Order: sequence, then C-alpha cells, then structure tokens
Amino acid sequence: MEYFTQQLINGVTLGSIYGLIAIGYTMVYGIIGMINFAHGEVYMIGAFVSMITFLILTMIGGVWLPLALLAALIMAMLFTSIWGWTIERMAYRPLRGSFRLAPLISAIGMSIFLQNLVQVLQGARVKPMQALISGGFEIMEKDGFTVTISYLQIFIIILTIVLMTIFTLIINKTSLGRAQRATEQDRTMAALIGVNVDRTISTTFVMGAALAAVAGLMVTLYYGVIDFYIGFLAGMKAFTAAVLGGIGSLPGAMLGGLLIGLIEAFWSGYFTIEYKDVAAFSILVLVLIFRPTGLLGKPEIEKV
Amino acid sequence: MSDQSQEVSGVPLLEVEHLTMRFGGLVAIGDLSFTAMREQITALIGPNGAGKTTVFNCLTGFYKPTEGRLTLHHPVKQEKFYLEQMDGFRIPQVAGVARTFQNIRLFGNMTVLENLLVAQHNNLMRASGFSIFGLLGLPNYKHSEAEAVELAKHWLNQVGLYNKADWNAGNLPYGDQRRLEIARAMCTRPQALCLDEPAAGLNPKETLEMNELFQHIKEVEKIGLLLIEHDMSMVMEVSDHVVVLDYGRKISDGTPEHVKNDPAVIRAYLGEEEDEELPPEVAQDMEGENA
Repeated sequence: MEYFTQQLINGVTLGSIYGLIAIGYTMVYGIIGMINFAHGEVYMIGAFVSMITFLILTMIGGVWLPLALLAALIMAMLFTSIWGWTIERMAYRPLRGSFRLAPLISAIGMSIFLQNLVQVLQGARVKPMQALISGGFEIMEKDGFTVTISYLQIFIIILTIVLMTIFTLIINKTSLGRAQRATEQDRTMAALIGVNVDRTISTTFVMGAALAAVAGLMVTLYYGVIDFYIGFLAGMKAFTAAVLGGIGSLPGAMLGGLLIGLIEAFWSGYFTIEYKDVAAFSILVLVLIFRPTGLLGKPEIEKV
Repeated sequence: MSDQSQEVSGVPLLEVEHLTMRFGGLVAIGDLSFTAMREQITALIGPNGAGKTTVFNCLTGFYKPTEGRLTLHHPVKQEKFYLEQMDGFRIPQVAGVARTFQNIRLFGNMTVLENLLVAQHNNLMRASGFSIFGLLGLPNYKHSEAEAVELAKHWLNQVGLYNKADWNAGNLPYGDQRRLEIARAMCTRPQALCLDEPAAGLNPKETLEMNELFQHIKEVEKIGLLLIEHDMSMVMEVSDHVVVLDYGRKISDGTPEHVKNDPAVIRAYLGEEEDEELPPEVAQDMEGENA
C-alpha cells in the first residue's frame, strides 16, 4: 500500500507535466487539424530558457527562491511564446489551404531544425543543475519504507491544477475562447462575423507554447538534467496522452496526460523500468485500434 | 442593358461598379453595376446559375473580383470602404457587411447565446485587453460583456428564441436556425446585411414572419438589406429595388413593378417565344415519320 501510494504520487507529478504539453497538441489539432510535431521542441526550449534564467540569477547572487521561480517562469513563457508564434507564422501559415500532409512535414522539419539549433547554441552535452527545491513531507511509514511527497511535487501538481483551471476558463468563458471554438468549428464563418482567424490561430499556438514552457521549467526542476533531445520523447508521450484522451478535447488532454504518467510510474514501480516507454506507447497502439476517438473524444463534443 | 434600368432614389450604401468575376474561361459575373440604398431592401434575382451568390461572395471577401469596384459608404463612420481590397475578416469588422448562407452555417456546438456573443467578439476583445482583463474580471470588461449580452438578448427576442438561449445551436429546429443566423449577423452591428435565400425551406407562415423581421430591420435599424431569393411573391412584397441577373449580366434593375413587366425578365424566366417554323430538313423528317 505504501509503495503504491508513492508510485501514485510520482505518477500524478509526471502526468501533470505530460498533461501540460498535451494541451498544446490538442488545442492546435482542434483549431487547425494538424499535429504540431515541433511542440516537443518548444517544451525543450522552455526547459533551457528556465535553466539559463536560474543560472544567471545564481550568478547575480542569492535571489529569493519564489522570485527566482517566477522570473524563470515568465522568461520561459515569454521565449517559448515568441517561438510558438514564429513557428506558426513561418512554417504553417504559408501552407494553410495546401494539402494536409504539407504542414505535417513542415512541422517535422521545424522540429529537426530546433533540435539542431539548440544543439549548436548550447552544446550536445547533458546539462545538470543543482536542486533548487528540496525536502518534503513524510506522509506514511511502514517496515522502513517511507512515502514522501516532496515540496517540488506539490508545487508541480498545484501549478498544473491552477493553470488548467485558468485554461478551461479562458476557453469556456472568455471572448477569446469563444472565438477559438468558433474558428475551430467553421473557419470561414468565423471570419465572416469579424473574427481575425489568423490571429486567433496564432494565439492558440502562443497559449500552447506557454504551457509547454511551464512543463519545461518543471522538468528542469524535477530531474535537474536536460539536453537538446528531451523534446522528442516528451513530445511523443504528450502526443500519446492527447490521443488517449481524445485529440481535440481539452479535458481529454489533461486526463490522457495523467493516465500516461500513472501508467509509466506504475510500470516502472512494479515491472521493469527499461520498458516504461514501451508500456506508454503500447497504450497508443491499443487506443488507436480499439477507440480511435480516444476516451473523451466523441466527434460531437466540445473541442479545442 | 442601361435602357431597361430605372433610377431608384435613396441614399447610396453599397455601390457595385463594373464587377467582373472570371473562373478560368467562365465568366460568372460580367460587368455588373448597381447601387443598393440605405434603408431599402435590394433583391437580387435571376435563374439558377445567374451569379447571385457569386456577387455575395465578392462582397464578403470570399472571392477577389477579377475586375471592378465595390464601395461601401459607411453612414456612421462617414467613410468609404473599398471591399475588394479588404481582408476577409475586416469586411464585417470594419466596413460592417454581414451575411447569411443558403445552407445554414451556425456554430453547432455552441449555445444559441454564445453564437450571438462570438459575433461581438471584436468589441469584447478590445474591452477585455485580449482576455487578460477579462479573466481578472475588471469592471470595464464586465460592463462590455453585459452590453454584449444585452444586444444578444434583444435579437433573441426579435427572432423569438429567447427561451432557447441555452440550447446548442445545432439542436434547434430548421426555422429557428435560419432566424438565429440572421440574429447572429445583426449582432455584428452591420450597415449592410446580405441574406442568401433566407426563406429557403420555410413554410408560408415562417416566410411571412421572416418578411416582418426584414421590414423591422430596415425600419428600426436603418440599414440596407441585400436579398437573394427565389420566392417571387416574397421578393415582390418586401423589396424596394430589384436587380435581375441572367448568365452573370444585369438584365433589369428598378422597382418591383418595373421589373415584373420588363420583357427581358420575362424572356429570361419563361424562355424566348418559339419560332413556329422548323428548319426545312427537320420539317421533311417530321413529315416522313408521319407518312
């Protein structure tokens, strides 16, 4: 039971990170019907920017930790937002209205370009960073096995809940969210009632990128090591999460992320850790065979 | 062409000058000129394939016209807008031209009220500081949101959908969907409203209500309406000005009475009077068969 609880905590933490990235996939798919394969790289850039921010702040001297976190968060979100906007503007918008595969290929090209850009700029070696937030609560103990939930895990889970609440509110309650849902359902009609469709699509990319940046910051803090290649695997996992939840569905992405995180944690805990990726991707295969619309992805339900 | 035209008086709202739209070798509209007036209903009629919807598509930025000028005289802003040069979304946003479709295009997964609010997106976006203030619930945004809901309520009342505001638009009956589409177009606060066969598929009672709605919009909102319609009795009843197209060209233009009696219109609708005499070879063949 104790061991189970510990895996549950780890799984929810991991799932939060995947969920945040998955939202970017699902929103972009919802609004323009393409998979943004460069999204994993945006997350990787977010991780790098937050690490660089932390290093600069450490160089300057002791900065109060919450302030440092906030600074890293803002910097990472700012940079990835600009990247998200630029990627859409350069790689996807010129191909809008072309055949379906064109933006997909362009996305893969963008992904390779960004990986190599970061490799050239930052070097190919793994970057370590010392833990900024340590310690935690011991919530259970039995036979020498202690269940701990670290402060960092609490931080990650709470931040994820807050961000997802804000996002759900934006999509469902604000004028921007209405425009996004309208654009998703009928792009030409949305333009005919005066919605700036191009800007709405750009905003969607920026929003997805900002969330990916938060996930990048979390990973930097949680694992303490990053390299230019982390975006690929995390991106694929988050994509799996989005498909599992039902691509195009916002609650689906959150649920899918959580499930993928839990599957990975429990598989690593009870079976072999080497095969945790196999477990996660087997889910993708099974979902595509038995429930191609995903868990929450009925074609009629509300998407974005 | 111009000899069949009759001057219609009024304040010009939308001027179409020498509009030509070619698709490859096909001339969908050829050198079409007419003026739609403010506070009038201008009907665009003609046989199937005459190019009526193409005119709407040019007006609303779906197509870039091959040639010609489309000028909107905005009565409130006191400005001229050249529609053929504007980006699609700016035509409703800035110039104030709204339209509805022959096949209804509502946002089916959104509620009736949301359909009307999204039409007021631009005002709300500006007021909400691109949603940032909106999330914080600042009074300025709350005020404009309340205003938007007021306008939506007003139009829901006008089209008789007030009690169905929370329905999903896709679940409404057909006639309600048609009226909701008009309400949504009106929520963009247009100066010119283009209606593409608004009475298609409606029963006579609903058509009558639709007529009253158009009269109301014309008289109370003081805007211009452009109407494509096949129901001739409706056209003759509601419109102040009728433009008749055939094969992309204007064949008549004037008041309903003028158009009704125009020989060119009768010819287009009923066909040319047949020449009684058959060519000699055919006549011979016919005789041969009879014998």
